[in-house]
Amino acid sequence: MLIKKRVAVVGAGMTLFRRRMLETGREMCWEAAKMALDSAGLTLKDIDCVVLGTAPDAFDGQHMKGEYLLDGAGAWRKPYVRVYVGGGTGVFVPIAGWWHVASGLFDTCLVIGEEKMSPCHPHPQYAFSTIWDPILTRPLEPNLIWIFALEMHRYMHKYGIKKEDIALVAVKNKRNALDHPCAQIPAKITVEDVLNSEVLVWPVQRLDISPVSDGAAAVVLCSEDVAKKVTDSPVWIDGVGWCLDSTYWTNRELAYPKYVEYAARMAYKMAGIHNPPKEIDVAEVYDPFDYKELHHMEGLQLARKGEAPKLTKEGVTQRDGDLPINPSGGLLGVGNPIGAAGMMKVCEIFWQLRGEAGKRQVPDARTGLAQAWGDLMQVGTVIIMRS
Amino acid sequence: MGRSNASRNSNNYEIIKEGEKVSEKIKEYPGHALKAEDFKEGKVLTTKWRPNAKYAWSAGIAVSRFLKELKNGKIIARKCNKCGRIMVPPRMFCEWCFKPTDEWVYVKDTGRIVTYSISYISAERGRLEKPMVVAVIAIDGASENMGILHKVEGVDIEEAKAGKLFGMRVKAVWKPPEEREGAITDIMYFKPLEGEG
Amino acid sequence: MNMSIEKIRDPRDIKHRFGDMEADYIYTLGVAGERFFREIKENAKIFGTKCTKCNIIYVPPRMYCERCFEELKDWIEVGSKGTVHTFTIAYVDENGNRLEKPEIWAFIKIHGTEGGFIHKLGEVDIEDVCIGMEVEAVFKEKEQRTGSITDILYFKPVK
Repeated sequence: MLIKKRVAVVGAGMTLFRRRMLETGREMCWEAAKMALDSAGLTLKDIDCVVLGTAPDAFDGQHMKGEYLLDGAGAWRKPYVRVYVGGGTGVFVPIAGWWHVASGLFDTCLVIGEEKMSPCHPHPQYAFSTIWDPILTRPLEPNLIWIFALEMHRYMHKYGIKKEDIALVAVKNKRNALDHPCAQIPAKITVEDVLNSEVLVWPVQRLDISPVSDGAAAVVLCSEDVAKKVTDSPVWIDGVGWCLDSTYWTNRELAYPKYVEYAARMAYKMAGIHNPPKEIDVAEVYDPFDYKELHHMEGLQLARKGEAPKLTKEGVTQRDGDLPINPSGGLLGVGNPIGAAGMMKVCEIFWQLRGEAGKRQVPDARTGLAQAWGDLMQVGTVIIMRS
Repeated sequence: MGRSNASRNSNNYEIIKEGEKVSEKIKEYPGHALKAEDFKEGKVLTTKWRPNAKYAWSAGIAVSRFLKELKNGKIIARKCNKCGRIMVPPRMFCEWCFKPTDEWVYVKDTGRIVTYSISYISAERGRLEKPMVVAVIAIDGASENMGILHKVEGVDIEEAKAGKLFGMRVKAVWKPPEEREGAITDIMYFKPLEGEG
Repeated sequence: MNMSIEKIRDPRDIKHRFGDMEADYIYTLGVAGERFFREIKENAKIFGTKCTKCNIIYVPPRMYCERCFEELKDWIEVGSKGTVHTFTIAYVDENGNRLEKPEIWAFIKIHGTEGGFIHKLGEVDIEDVCIGMEVEAVFKEKEQRTGSITDILYFKPVK
């Protein structure tokens, strides 16, 4: 593999994540992008190109959303592209930014993830109604949570995992989020709270789910020579990977996300990682539901199949454990603006690897991983960063 | 092309010193949060819009035949001779081999529950009167894991919660022939198959 | 290898399912938009924001300059007069149905700014409309204004 330029992240920024924000999508993009530029000591003039990631136009109710958000993304009269792979977008967008710089085509790239879910009424879930097959599935009047419940239940059944074990993830992440300044619903909850919360689609209960949010997050990428002039501590993107499965989700073994494994292997190979649980110091793993953190840990080869709950129970995934997972508080605690959630994780790994994560800091973090997932249970996106 | 100002004017940058914790210097993260009451009380201005879009979704060649067979009370699949898979829902090309599929194959209207869940909420997020079991059912006669999504009735909810329905054998319950329209709802639901383990 | 795909010969065999996109949208106007429309609603005044660095006044006003990316805090009343930059005559409505009376739609550039409005022209005959003509906004009565672009009824020629 011939990569022309090594790519570094030199700045990051994000807005608050909240259920409904006054800002338009453009204004949120600008707030996050400006903060990322300021933190790197750069101005818009220094940016060669922009990549933006945002999920369905149907949330904002704005067709051609990428183009609409363009000026807030700093892309006025610049090379610009919007990428979208559902929930996987937040980690896919820095990968697309990486292409721009690693190819040698551009020296700097501004990368933004944004989502404004609040305009969609009565509930943003409506925007998902057309994700289902119109002929074979929609006549059954499905609720979006069905697919998560079906996947969660299969995972629990195959490996004999109980709800109490899964609830530990929600407890951990919401507690971690207490230390995140942008978090939407940080809280001190217990396993009993999760098990007593409203049953929506068994086995999914209310506290198993991350909230609906508005928010944006951004990073600035530079090629090696420029990065070294901008900062003393660039964070290198050493591995990228992405993989998609088909939308025939009823023809798949749902207990294990093979496409996440393939994306992870692609990234590990590029980064020269042979023993992920030992070589990754901190990981931000996509957790729109609590069971997803466990499901993805196994797909990412950070735990053997069916063993992720055991690691959680033993405290391995706490901030002071051997393999801290989601020290930020994850989507469960910080919020889930679909296109920006993965970017929040990328910003977190950036701050962790620089020692700038404040109270959330994981000691001696040198190699970090961020992963996102989405669509109709079909995409895995992985990025590996090193300081 | 691609030569940015960034690399030319190195004195534009303020080098961030070693050990300087940038994110700790940031006191305020931007954003103006609103509450649901702000909207109700008119504290914030809004514009409303409902898209006026209507759709006619085509079933395509394979699923049109599938629906036609459902009207006849049968489930039909499609076979790819290269990988040997018998696929439900049927498709005109095999996405693994990336070639057209080869034959129509009738499969049974029985199957096994691969995974299931119990919904207490409707598509509009309101509470359902009675909880509803939905499942991915692998159809007998098709290849492994070839499942379809459908409802399951006639099961005990407590047994369902305890995880007892995995692998259960079920059979389709069809609408009477005169009521069938050539739609997935021609099967009303699947119910447990008597006398099988 | 046989590469043909079975074709449907009888159109009645092609199944369709009909439906629509169910969603209602309630949009916030944004940090800048909220203030802009409040001024229109309360005071029938049109404001822009100025970027002194790039020397532009944005109408509608923005929170940030798209060129230099700085935050814009200078709000300036720009008045309601402008020139017709371009216009068109619509004979059909948004669904393609014939209108009773044709409507004149224009892009009106507000004096002294880099922006303006897409809006209707009123109190003028079609033959008298030309690019470059001077127009000014006509507002609804205060009780009828809601903080929307329709608080302006139309732009009329300045005598």
